[in-house]
This record gives sequence, structure tokens and C-alpha cells, in this order.
Amino acid sequence: MKLDQNARYARTHEWARWDGDEIVCGISDHAQESLSDIVYVELPEVGDRWERGDNFGVVESVKAASDLYMPMGGEITAVNEALADQPELVNQSPYDEGWMIRFRPSDRAEWDDLMDAEAYEEFVAEEEG
Amino acid sequence: MPYIPHSDDDRRAMLAAIGAQSIEELFADVPERVRFPKLDLPPALSEMEARWELETLAATNFSTADGPCFLGAGAYRHFVPAVVDSVLRRGEFYTAYTPYQPEISQGTLQAIFEYQTMICALTGMEVANASHYDGATATAEAVISAINAHRLKRRRVVLASTLHPEYRAVVRTYTQGMGLTVENSGSAGFTDSAGFTDAAGFTDLLDRDTACLVVQYPDFLGRIEDLRAAAEAAHAVGALLIVAANPIALGLLKPPGEFGADIVVGEGQGLGGGLNFGGPYLGFFATRMEHVRRMAGRLVGQTVDADGRRGFVLTLSTREQHIRRDKATSNICTNEGLMALAAAVYMAALGRCGMRQAAELCYHKAHYAADQIAGLPGYTVLRDRPFFNEFVVRCPRPAGEINDLLLDEYGIIGGYDLGRDYPHLQGHMLLCVTEMNAREEIDLLVEALEEVGG
Repeated sequence: MKLDQNARYARTHEWARWDGDEIVCGISDHAQESLSDIVYVELPEVGDRWERGDNFGVVESVKAASDLYMPMGGEITAVNEALADQPELVNQSPYDEGWMIRFRPSDRAEWDDLMDAEAYEEFVAEEEG
Repeated sequence: MPYIPHSDDDRRAMLAAIGAQSIEELFADVPERVRFPKLDLPPALSEMEARWELETLAATNFSTADGPCFLGAGAYRHFVPAVVDSVLRRGEFYTAYTPYQPEISQGTLQAIFEYQTMICALTGMEVANASHYDGATATAEAVISAINAHRLKRRRVVLASTLHPEYRAVVRTYTQGMGLTVENSGSAGFTDSAGFTDAAGFTDLLDRDTACLVVQYPDFLGRIEDLRAAAEAAHAVGALLIVAANPIALGLLKPPGEFGADIVVGEGQGLGGGLNFGGPYLGFFATRMEHVRRMAGRLVGQTVDADGRRGFVLTLSTREQHIRRDKATSNICTNEGLMALAAAVYMAALGRCGMRQAAELCYHKAHYAADQIAGLPGYTVLRDRPFFNEFVVRCPRPAGEINDLLLDEYGIIGGYDLGRDYPHLQGHMLLCVTEMNAREEIDLLVEALEEVGG
């Protein structure tokens, strides 16, 4: 399992990373691997406002469809348009080209509740049992 | 004699097992007056007598086989070539269902794939699904797709008043409980002789909360409108344009896709289906690729197997049955497989030229009829708009009365009484002419109308 050391992680397997004043967000390497080949990603619209834990989109693979949840609350400032035609980017490059949304967080303190890479690795190991 | 497997001994044993003395005691909880009510029935008939009685009863029906029919209004009598039924009734095909392990039925999938492909060609769209129950339910599914295309944020749906009244009713039924506002475009403008506004009149009803505008093409009154105005009005506020189209007319008319329609649906019964007493019918549904994920129902695709040979798969399964069960936007998990097959065989048998020819026959015969009726004293044909194979006639007496006289005195099935749905169109009749109406039939109708109108 690959991890981005600069990112923090939600229990629902989204990662979040600061880029200036904004957060970039996608799903973890572990999540994309569990889903297998991703065929469709439904993303929100720029300007949508969500609370932490809100369902902001859907990722659909040949195996399953899963909701995507906001790791922190905020207002969407960009979505990865490339995923419309190339959803496989999520599989190939979950932390870079496969990013999903950027948002301006409404409460920076919510960052502190996310897991760092090490904690997430333990969390996944535990979940895998 | 009914087949009842239980002997008296079996019944006694069962009663003993549950501790009841008799059948009467077993049903003692059922109030006595309804427990074994005396039914006032005539004595039992033998099978032969029952058949005679039913056949005599059935013979009192007057069907389209018994006389000329000029009734359309959503269900159309078109010629069905014999090849349609002979393919349909093959044992390999003769089921309404797509098998649960679909890829094992390559023939069924190929037929659906070809059906989808031809529906796309006819409507000018990019992708068509494997079908719905009928035109009305396909329209309702299109409305729900449009709501989902706007991520449930837009809550208004505008239906043209000239959309089939039953389609409008089904859209309301399907969307009840979703908290939507479903508007009928008003007829207050009275901008044409039938008292309806044209597409420009929709503009007032469309706003930024409108998910879609639904129009019919040709409309319920048979009239053909340039849909560009409707498309522009809808797209100006970011709403989708849904067009409910008559597929036979599309053999001749510009496909709605070329006008900018976002979803094209319609009743496919005319494509190789009989009137079938109102069902089974066929709802077709076609859209642009950008909406394919919100399309209800299933989609068959063509691919190659590991050895590079052509094969067919369910590219999109019905969501609620499989992986998106809890996120499905539609509850439809079936299609009209057999009717879709009939449509595919019909379209393939006629081909591009045949489809156009069928449409031209309808068009020209209807215009001949309209010309003749327009010359009758007391009758007015409303024809300030171009029409396809149906037209509105203002009659000198109530349409219902005229229809009764046509049937009783002349053995003719008359038109649709528009006063049933449009109060301002009392005394107006919608007449339908297809390639099935011989010129002699039309002349007989004209003669009869003249006599009953006087």
C-alpha cells in the first residue's frame, strides 16, 4: 500500500492534503486497490458547500459503487475534469493525477481530526484484521 | 373438473394434525355471512357450452379488423410484416425477459444491441437503452433522469400541454413524493387555432429551478413544430429538453437530436407491434453520452472476447439489481425485450427507405383526408400548423355523438374526442390516418361525416 506522507486520511479512505489555503482530496491507494478497476467517478459542482462527512460523489468500479465523503467541510473550488474520460487515473495515480476535488475548508481545525499516514496504515491493517 | 390433489383422507389427517374437527370449525373465525356465501350463479356449463358462450360474447366486439379505424391518439395501427412475428415466435426468442445470466444469451443481446443502434439512428441520439414498458413510463424515466442530471437541485418540471394527457398523468404518478413542482404549460395564450402556445410561450415558465421541458413531436394533436425554439428556451436556463417522439414520423421528419434534444423517448408500439388491446407496448429511450450514467434500465454493448471474436455484454446493468442498488435513480429492472425485438425486426425489414415510405404514406393519406373533410359543410380542419398523420377537426355536433353514429351506422371507428382532455376543445375530434387506411375507407369516412354532420 502506497501512502502520501504529506496527506491525512479519513476513516472512509479519502485523503486530504493542503495546497496553499485549499485542500486537495482523493481516495487512498488502499481504497482504489480494494475497488479494483474504476469505471466512473461522479463529482460535485464547483461552488457546492458540504459539511464534514457529507456525501460529495460516487466512485464506481467493476466490483462496487461507493459514496465519497468530505474529510473536512468546505466549498468546492475545483473538480478533476480529467476523470470524466479517464477514471482509471484513480487507479494509476491515486495521490496525484487521480485527485478528485479541491475545496476551501470552512474549519481548519477539522484537519487535526484526520489520521496521519502512519495512523492510517495501522487503521487499514486493523480493518483488514 | 378442477385438479384437487387432496383426498378426503388427506383432509381428515390435516384437520386432525391441527386439532380441528371439521372445515367449518377451521374457518369459524371468518364471519358467518361471508364464510360460505351463496353465490347466485347459473348452473355449471360444459367446456363446450362455455366456449360457445364466450365466443358469442367476443363476437359482439367491434375490432379494427371489422371496419375502418381512424383512432390514434398514442396507439397506432400500422402494417406488421409477417417476418416480425415469425422471428418473434422462435423458441429461442419467445420470452419477455432478458435472462439473468445475460451473456449466455448472445442472440437476445445482439437483438437488443441492434434495436438500440437503430433507435439511435432514428432519433439522432448517441445511446439508447434496452427499452421501457411504454411511451408514458419512458417519458417519466426521462424526467427522473433530468432531475438526477441536475443532482436533485432543480425541482421544477415543465410539461407541454400538448404532451399526451396520459403521459402527463404518468409523469405525475412516477414523481409523486419527490417534492417536485410539475407544471403544465398553459393554453392561456391561445396563439394558434387549437388554443395552445408555441414553444416561445414556454419561456415564461422556465427558470433556473427547471430541470427539464417535455414536449411531444409530433404533438398530441399531430402537429409538427420546429423544436429549435423549445431547445433554445430550455437550454437558456440550463434545463434539458425531453422530446416524446412518434418513431414512425421520424422516418420522415428531422430527428429530435438535430434540434438539440437531450433525451428522446416515445411509444414504439407502431414499430412492428399490434394495438394489442393496449399492451404490451414499447417505451424507447435515447440520450447523449453525457447522461448515460443517469439513464434508467439496461444497456447492451458490443465487445470482443479473449480471442478477438465479436460478442455482446450488458455494459450497464440495471443499477438497482446489482452494484448500485441503494443508489439507483430508477426502480426499473426490466424491459420490453420481446417488443424491442419486434421493433428491431420491423426496422431492419423496412430499412431506411421503407421507414421513410411508411411515414410518407401516413402523411399523404392524412393530408388527403384533411383536404376532403375541410370541404364538408359544418366541419373545420385546424391546420395552421403542419401535421403528420393526425389532425384536429371542429365538428358541427359533439364528437361523442358523431363517433356513435359512425360506428352504429357505418361500421367506422371514429376519432378521439379531444373534449375529454381539453375543455376548450369540446366538439373537436382528433382523426388519425395511417398507411392501413385505404382511399376507399377515407372516402367512406368523408361521406359518413357529411351525412351525420347535417
